[in-house]
Amino acid sequence: MKLIWRLFPHPLLTLLLTVTWLLLVNGWSLNSLVFGLLLGVLIPFVTQPYWPNRPKLRHPLKIAEYILVVLLDIVQANIIVARIVLFKPNADRRPNWITIPLDLKTPEAITALAGTITMTPGTLSADVSDEGHALLVHCLDAPNPDAVRDEIKQRYERRLMEIFE
Amino acid sequence: MESLFEFLVAAFLVIAGVFGFVGSFGLLKLNDPMSRLHAPTKATTLGVGGVLLASMLHAAAFEKYFSVHELMITLFLFLTAPITANFIAKVHIHRQETRDTMPEAGGDDHWATHDTPEDEERRHPTLTPPTED
Repeated sequence: MKLIWRLFPHPLLTLLLTVTWLLLVNGWSLNSLVFGLLLGVLIPFVTQPYWPNRPKLRHPLKIAEYILVVLLDIVQANIIVARIVLFKPNADRRPNWITIPLDLKTPEAITALAGTITMTPGTLSADVSDEGHALLVHCLDAPNPDAVRDEIKQRYERRLMEIFE
Repeated sequence: MESLFEFLVAAFLVIAGVFGFVGSFGLLKLNDPMSRLHAPTKATTLGVGGVLLASMLHAAAFEKYFSVHELMITLFLFLTAPITANFIAKVHIHRQETRDTMPEAGGDDHWATHDTPEDEERRHPTLTPPTED
C-alpha cells in the first residue's frame, strides 16, 4: 500500500493530466490514452518534492456547481463593467480597495478564490496579508464596499469552504 | 437550419468583438493604473470566450466534428490570466503605495508585498537560525 502511494503521490493529478492529454489530442484512441497515462504517472512522480501535501477535496461534485455559478457571474459582471467603462464618466466612478477577511485556510482554496475574484470583471485580487488571513481586492466601481465584500464571502467563499474544508 | 447556425456563429463573433473593443477602450479611458488593470480581464473572459464558442459551434455544425481544443484554451486562460494580473497589481503596490496608503490588512499587520525579512523574523523568531559573528 505504501509503495502504491510512493508511485502515485497524486492520484487526482494523474487523472487530470490523462484527461488533459486526451483533450489536447482532440480525439479518442488507445494510443493517446496509454501515452496520457504515462505522462499522468511520470509528471506527479517527478514533481513530487514541489507538492508535499495532497489537498483534500471534501465534496468534489460541488466543483461543477461552483464553475456554473462563476461562469454565469462572469457573463453578468461583463455587461455591468462594459456599461461602466462605456458610459460612466471617470469622475463618478468610485474605485476602491476592499479587505476581505478569510475563513479559508487551505492555500489551494485561497488561490482558487483569488483567481475567481480576478476573473469576474469589476473585481481584482491584488494581495494577501502577511499571515494569510485577509485578501486585498481592488474594485472598479464600488460605492458600497461592504456589500461587495459580503457578496464575495457569501457566493464564492462559502462554496469553496464546502469543497475544500 | 444551416442559416440558424450561421446566425449563431456570427452573433457570438459580434459579442466577442464588442467585449474585446470595450476591453481595449477601457485601457485608454480609465484614469488610474489599478482600474486600467480591470479592462484586460474582460477581454479574456467574454471576448475570447465568444470567439471560442463560435469556433466550437462552427466545427460541430459545418465541419461535423466535435472540437474540445477551445475548452482547453479557456481552461489555460483561466489559470494564467489571474496570475499575470496579480503580478502587475503587486508591482503597482510595490512601487506606488506604502504601508500607510494601503487599507488595513484585516487582523494582520500589513500586506504580503510590503513584507520584509525583518518582519518574517519578528513573526517566527525560531525559524531563522541565529547568525554567527
